[in-house]
Amino acid sequence: MHPAYSIIFFTVASGAGYGLMFLLGLGAAAGTPFVERDGSGFPVALLLSLLLVSAGLVSSAFHLGRPERALRAFSQWRTSWLSREGCLAAVTYVPAVLLGVGWWAGELGTGWRFLGFLLSVFAAATVYATAMIYRSLAAVPRWSTGWVPAGYLVLGAASGAVWLAFIAALAGGQGSGFAGAAAALLVLAGAVKGGYWRAVGNLAASSTIETATGLGRLAPGARVHVLDPPHTQPNWLQREMGYRVARRHARKLRAFTWTLAFVVPGALCLGAWLGAGSGDAVWRVTVLGVAAVSASAGLLVERWLFFAEAEHKVTLYYGTRRV
Amino acid sequence: MTALPDSTQRRLGLVIDLDTCVGCHACVVHCKEWNTGGYPAPLSDADPYGADPTGTWLNRVHSYEVEAPGRTPRVVHFPKSCLHCEDAPCVTVCPTGASYKREEDGIVLVDEDLCIGCKLCAWACPYGAREFDPPTGVMKKCTLCIDRIYNEHLSDPVPACVSTCPARARHYGDLADPDSEVSRLVAERGGYELMSETGCRPTNRYLPPRSREPAATAAGNAGDGGGDGASPPVLEDAPAEGGFLGWIDRLLTAADRDPSPPPDSRP
Repeated sequence: MHPAYSIIFFTVASGAGYGLMFLLGLGAAAGTPFVERDGSGFPVALLLSLLLVSAGLVSSAFHLGRPERALRAFSQWRTSWLSREGCLAAVTYVPAVLLGVGWWAGELGTGWRFLGFLLSVFAAATVYATAMIYRSLAAVPRWSTGWVPAGYLVLGAASGAVWLAFIAALAGGQGSGFAGAAAALLVLAGAVKGGYWRAVGNLAASSTIETATGLGRLAPGARVHVLDPPHTQPNWLQREMGYRVARRHARKLRAFTWTLAFVVPGALCLGAWLGAGSGDAVWRVTVLGVAAVSASAGLLVERWLFFAEAEHKVTLYYGTRRV
Repeated sequence: MTALPDSTQRRLGLVIDLDTCVGCHACVVHCKEWNTGGYPAPLSDADPYGADPTGTWLNRVHSYEVEAPGRTPRVVHFPKSCLHCEDAPCVTVCPTGASYKREEDGIVLVDEDLCIGCKLCAWACPYGAREFDPPTGVMKKCTLCIDRIYNEHLSDPVPACVSTCPARARHYGDLADPDSEVSRLVAERGGYELMSETGCRPTNRYLPPRSREPAATAAGNAGDGGGDGASPPVLEDAPAEGGFLGWIDRLLTAADRDPSPPPDSRP
């Protein structure tokens, strides 16, 4: 599949944003000191999450052929995961903004817990809906697996956790616990991504050029190959579904992903967690800042691969042997 | 709502005969000609006379070669357009309701005034039936020439591709009706659906090419075995009596044996 930059940026940014919201919501629901009014990075983190999510949503609109009609996408939530994603994304703004207003006013009381719970639920549901857009496409076997929603959820939570640890350290204090949680989530995310790559690596092709054309039935052992494409130049289908650049460099790019998204931020977060007592604040902020940037950069590569490595069944008609 | 109908009253679709398709692309051209001014107008082109021409087409003809052990390689021309699936995944993924399947005849359509051009329907289709049209920003697909088949003023209310096919390789009709011409063709010739493993349950059917093996062998023998090589090969397939070729055959055969005037000119 052709990796559209707008969608890569959207899924990575909104993944981190909803990851942040999920964790902030959990914090509010549990009544942790982080969300109390004084001496915390809570409003900064909430603002960043809103910024990431909004930038992602705006970016996703650039992918549309008719962005001025984007509001229509809210109508088909009963059948379409893309529509559900839009609705959930819009609804999630409500508890997020209310939490921010409540923090500013300093008067929420038990409302914290309820709003926090709502925010966590809707943030997770939005990411799940995003993942289900891909999960439900049987024409792309590498997306049509349960590893996809698992990956989107845990990758979003992990990247959100790294950014949260950075902001908490920036706000002075509280950073070490978040860094530990981020390290744990990064390990989990790495395991899920590894599981995904293992699963798609072992994927048995369900269709071949012979079943796509049905010409395998002509004789036992019949092999079909393209004699002439329909037109002299590649068409939109080939450009949209037949991307090959990243597949050629898949191994290198996976190594980049492992390093940038999991190993470097994981090690830095672990270091920040273990060295909580020692070292000065500037050092910790720097370490966690590098971890956050590295994780997001790594996830951009990961998401690029997620698209570029995915093979679409339509490519069978243009000469791919099996998908 | 982009939910699929539980069932459709009719299942209008195409039956494509891969035995007779000659790969002339006339259906492709007539499809474009009709539809760029019809329901899904326009079907845009970019750089049509330049080095890298590209454009939106609702019907394309692929050409494949089929090889099998012990067989002569076989060229098959393969037209492909929307298959108007019963479980059309392109419909249910649509976030706006622009994509829908008609309950009355099973035709899958795009309401271009509702389409936001998210392209997800094209991603969902394993057959490549839908093409995005960048200048208009919306998705295009075969309408089964909905503006032809219901037009009472046309003498041939069939899809443009069917009306134009010089090899009669394209047939249009109701595949839900077991007595329709298309259903009988499918039954007689073993019509099949493409990539049935996708579970999309396409309406369109393809008639497999007939085996050429025995015929090809016979023709080869006839061509080779010409005796001493001096006499021209006999036109074996011409009917024994009647027909222009039969007359030529008799004429030439007689002329070989006997230099006297041919039998037909005798008084």
